[in-house]
Amino acid sequence: MTAPPIPVESALKSSQDASSPAIVFEQVSIAFERKPVLDGISFHLAKGETKAIFGVAGSGKSTILKLSLGLLKPDDGHIYVLGEDVTELSEEALFDLRRKIGMVFQESALFDSLTVRENVAFRLFEEGNVSEDEIERRVREALSFVELEHTVDMFPSELSGGMRRRVAIARAIVTQPEIILYDSPTGGLDPVTSNTIIELVVKQRDVYKTSSLLVTHRLQDAFTMANHYFDRKANQMKPLPPGARGEVPMGFLILRDGKVIFDGDVHELAQSKDEYIREYIS
Amino acid sequence: MELISPTDFAIDFARDKVQAVQDYALLAARSVTNLFRRPLYVADMIQQADLIGVGSLPIVVLTGFFIGGALALNSANTLQRFGSLSLIGQLVAVGMVTELGPIITGLMVSGRNASGMASELGSMVVTEQIDAMRALGTDPTKKLVTPRVISTVFMLFFLTIISDACGLAGGGAVSSLMFGMDWHQYWSTAWQILVFRDVFTGLVKPVLFGFIIATVGCYYGLSARGGTQGVGRATTQAVVASSILIIILDFFITRLVMTIFGYR
Repeated sequence: MTAPPIPVESALKSSQDASSPAIVFEQVSIAFERKPVLDGISFHLAKGETKAIFGVAGSGKSTILKLSLGLLKPDDGHIYVLGEDVTELSEEALFDLRRKIGMVFQESALFDSLTVRENVAFRLFEEGNVSEDEIERRVREALSFVELEHTVDMFPSELSGGMRRRVAIARAIVTQPEIILYDSPTGGLDPVTSNTIIELVVKQRDVYKTSSLLVTHRLQDAFTMANHYFDRKANQMKPLPPGARGEVPMGFLILRDGKVIFDGDVHELAQSKDEYIREYIS
Repeated sequence: MELISPTDFAIDFARDKVQAVQDYALLAARSVTNLFRRPLYVADMIQQADLIGVGSLPIVVLTGFFIGGALALNSANTLQRFGSLSLIGQLVAVGMVTELGPIITGLMVSGRNASGMASELGSMVVTEQIDAMRALGTDPTKKLVTPRVISTVFMLFFLTIISDACGLAGGGAVSSLMFGMDWHQYWSTAWQILVFRDVFTGLVKPVLFGFIIATVGCYYGLSARGGTQGVGRATTQAVVASSILIIILDFFITRLVMTIFGYR
């Protein structure tokens, strides 16, 4: 897939230089209807890093994303996002923090009564201090990033599943957030469309260097991300030379029975002796 | 399926009910306090006012007119026996303005709009649009609930006045066309019997009913769980709960006004 050029330098944030992690989970536990889903998990996401989260259905992958956003409160433990403890923040304070985070929901979660333009511009409209011209420019820029400029006046119901997912990505990146959370961005899509979405995620990772957590069932998506980089000159995703590591760190996190059983990079994952992990990645 | 003991079941049930009342109270309070926090979604309020007010106008006009007519029809038979048919205007006026106008309008708007709010917000919950809104840094109670509450309160107030007027017109039509009563006599007796207490009662009720309709509709919508079936359940519950609350509240407001202003 080729993509139109984008203004890279303007997107790089000063906060990327900071050494503090983007997200930290400390002994976080949560249960639903007395059934524990996460049981004292700890991990961190470094600034600029992309971490893929795996686990079987119901293992709490999406819950981690919702906890990071403060959409859910843990029963125990602390979660620090951009240095703030979301478990201690009020809902009002969380709204301010959430403006620095983009989220791509599993089923896109586009507002079905709004057009693509209004969906992508939602956060800009809410900020209230952005001019109409600036909103239009940024919406066009975000939609051109996902190659959907022509859908600007369409409603979500008129788009295919893959297009809706791409609009959701455009909505998440339009304010150039410091963190992006992807909840199964390729779930339910055909392999070709999935590849398109993954290329967009890689592009966002390598061009904007945004810290991100990516939940996925598809191991091949995460391996594609680990073994490819986005070539800005060619404007497309290309494989890394054998043995080479990408410019942006890419981590893997595997959940099992509410615990983190693996947290490392693709090389450590390939060398893991754990039977469950070996079976999982085989 | 895991079996739980009757004690645990009772505790869970009681806790869920208390939690529901608490959640509703918090939502109702936030819908009002949001008025003092920026941004204020004026465009959404106007849009909702159009949907709730203008959209409900035909049913309110029709039900008001025919209820007023039926009230006149029922009363006329009894009044005729005592030779007091001239009192029909007074009876219809007091009945419509203090009781039937607000109640019928409240129930009609509840059936139309509490269900609409519950289904709309419920669908947004199950498709994660509410979570998406929160994730985008927007408070759903501010963006979705407050405009609906303000618009419903505001529009129900005026819809009730229209319903009262239509009811009086319906009563007048029945009195003059079916019982040969003088149209001017009907209106002058109807107008003169009304005192401040009647008008006050009739206009306080729609304000509180509007608040009940919108907050209950939004509460059930935002609490919807379990896909489309859950949305359907929330819609039904919203109409039932708001209708019951309107009728119960009507009794207490009437009693309170009587206590404050005394009996007629």
